[in-house]
Amino acid sequence: MKPMKGAGPRPAVAMTATIMATALVLGGCSGSGGKKAEEEAASGAAPGAGPRLKVAMVTHSGPGDTFWDIVQKGARAAATKDNVELLYSADPDGGKQAQLVQTAIDQKVDGIIVTLAKPDAMRDVLAKATAAKIPVVSINSGAAESARLGALVHFGQDETVAGEAAGEQLKKIGATKAVCVVHEQGNVGLEDRCAGAKKTFGGPMENLFVQGTNMPQVKSSITAKLQTDSGIDGILTLGAPFAATAVDSVKETGSDAKVGTFDMNKELIASLRDGSIQFAVDQQPYLQGYLAVDELWLLKNNGNVVGGGRPVLTGPAIVTKDDAGTIAPFADRGTR
Amino acid sequence: MSQAVLKSAAAADERLARRSPLRRLAGRPEFGALLGAAVLFAFFSVVADAFLRASSFSTVLYAASTFGIMAVSVALLMIGGEFDLSAGVMVTTGALVAALVSYQLTLNVWVGVVISLVVTLGLGLLNGLLYVRTGLPSFIVTLGTFLMLAGANLGVTKLVTGNVASDSIRDMDGFDAARAVFAADLDVGGVRVNVTVLWWLLFVAVATWILLRTRTGNWIFACGGAPGSARAVGVPVARVKVGLFMGVAFTAWFSGMHLLFAYSSVQSGEGVGNEFYYIICAVIGGCLLTGGYGSAIGAAIGAFIFGMTSKGIVYAEWNPDWFKFFLGAMLLLATVVNLVVRRRAEPSR
Repeated sequence: MKPMKGAGPRPAVAMTATIMATALVLGGCSGSGGKKAEEEAASGAAPGAGPRLKVAMVTHSGPGDTFWDIVQKGARAAATKDNVELLYSADPDGGKQAQLVQTAIDQKVDGIIVTLAKPDAMRDVLAKATAAKIPVVSINSGAAESARLGALVHFGQDETVAGEAAGEQLKKIGATKAVCVVHEQGNVGLEDRCAGAKKTFGGPMENLFVQGTNMPQVKSSITAKLQTDSGIDGILTLGAPFAATAVDSVKETGSDAKVGTFDMNKELIASLRDGSIQFAVDQQPYLQGYLAVDELWLLKNNGNVVGGGRPVLTGPAIVTKDDAGTIAPFADRGTR
Repeated sequence: MSQAVLKSAAAADERLARRSPLRRLAGRPEFGALLGAAVLFAFFSVVADAFLRASSFSTVLYAASTFGIMAVSVALLMIGGEFDLSAGVMVTTGALVAALVSYQLTLNVWVGVVISLVVTLGLGLLNGLLYVRTGLPSFIVTLGTFLMLAGANLGVTKLVTGNVASDSIRDMDGFDAARAVFAADLDVGGVRVNVTVLWWLLFVAVATWILLRTRTGNWIFACGGAPGSARAVGVPVARVKVGLFMGVAFTAWFSGMHLLFAYSSVQSGEGVGNEFYYIICAVIGGCLLTGGYGSAIGAAIGAFIFGMTSKGIVYAEWNPDWFKFFLGAMLLLATVVNLVVRRRAEPSR
């Protein structure tokens, strides 16, 4: 094929565009909000004592997930404090996650932190880690399989327990008929949350599936649900961004449904404060990363194992309007 | 019209044969989809009580418009014989650029909107030029840009904000005005209709006009149907294709602006997978995967079918575990109706 001449921008056009863009930037300052308004929260930890350790953290996180970002921040904070070199990697596919654990074993790390969302995929590779005498700590999901697969400790939230807490809370704020918004179909943890909530809620609760990667679809699905059944007075979302969208749907339909959610982010705090979202069930992801690194450090430097062979729960912590103020600066920093 | 007249006309020149208006309608690419939409509409009206309310219809239209705006430009590109797999994440890129630029530099959000337009159009130009200069299939070229954009969305957002979502720009100058343009709720006879529905109809009208009433439209059909012959008769194939890629980029920018101003902050991982829904809308609406055939109105009907099905299942209160199964079955139903109609209409074309 003959390349087309003259399809690119001409120099004069490019020049004009540059000048216009510069003028726009200089002339269009915002008087409110933005980076200038953001308070810089300085946080630093002194490097810790003990020999330099190398720890690998392998999760099943998809790219760009707020939750895992916070887990990673917790792990990094502990790593800085404990003089640990942290190697983070992630893949949502069970087989590929196992390969990442294998590369960590090949690198002869001093400890492995792993999530067990797909326990069967991780079985063989964790046996290899045990054989290579590398201590393994599991976090997040997989509390039931953790010990069986050779992990020393498990830090996480029992999704059923968390669901039960959410159901109770939903009942407490006066909801009688609720819908549980599931943003990822076939995710066992999310199903457990809804099932747990249903158990303690008392009233009827239905699941609603939405496509989590497409916010307009999330909104229109929730709106459709509220339009179908005007008796719905409670909405439970399983991730913070979806709670904000549920609030939009409630406003749009004129429904009086109250919204509660799992997980936390910085926009959520403002919604908790102004009462548009009633409560958040936080599983404190920061703790999962932080404690896992600390545990490996303690094991190496003092031979400690926490938990007494049982999973250590990092949640659920219920956050309402009352404690939103205390947590706000931490959420702003992206660690809550 | 008598049979004898028809016969003699056909004998003179079959291409000049006169066809009844109904046959002519049945020969249009979007007719099958229209019938499929009507079947689904009737179906959901019967099985879902809440479906026929005006407010529900506006929800369906909103869902359809968010797919439909992208499906219009994607359909034009497909008629021109190409795919754009980066369309889904480019929406997120557009929204992130506007959000990050406005927030980090504390600028009026309109500045972010304009810079985002320049950046997204640049990405469309890049897609087009890469395709034209390398001669690789657009499937491969845009697969590359798709993955790069998905990575850059996350990487840049993390680098700039320290988090994986953009900061909320709700309280910044110009937000309300921009929201009024890209995401306003309008009151139409007591029913709230999102402004995206109007934009969608406008884009469909413009695209239809380009396709059917301008020389560029003829060029698009020619590029997709027979690129070699098109080039031989002097159609600027490369320029048309670059333009089509930039058309997709333009609607991606628009959709990104809607995403940003409707939800005020953007998750950097959003948008992956949507490119297939855009293509699906275009195909349900009668576009051929091989190019050279299709229509913008068809893509709009395809998006309407998609929006109607995805929300109709909710209105019908079917078991949510089976949601995707029902969605797939309904889409198959619509497409089969489309296919049957087209087969019947084919001899008349």
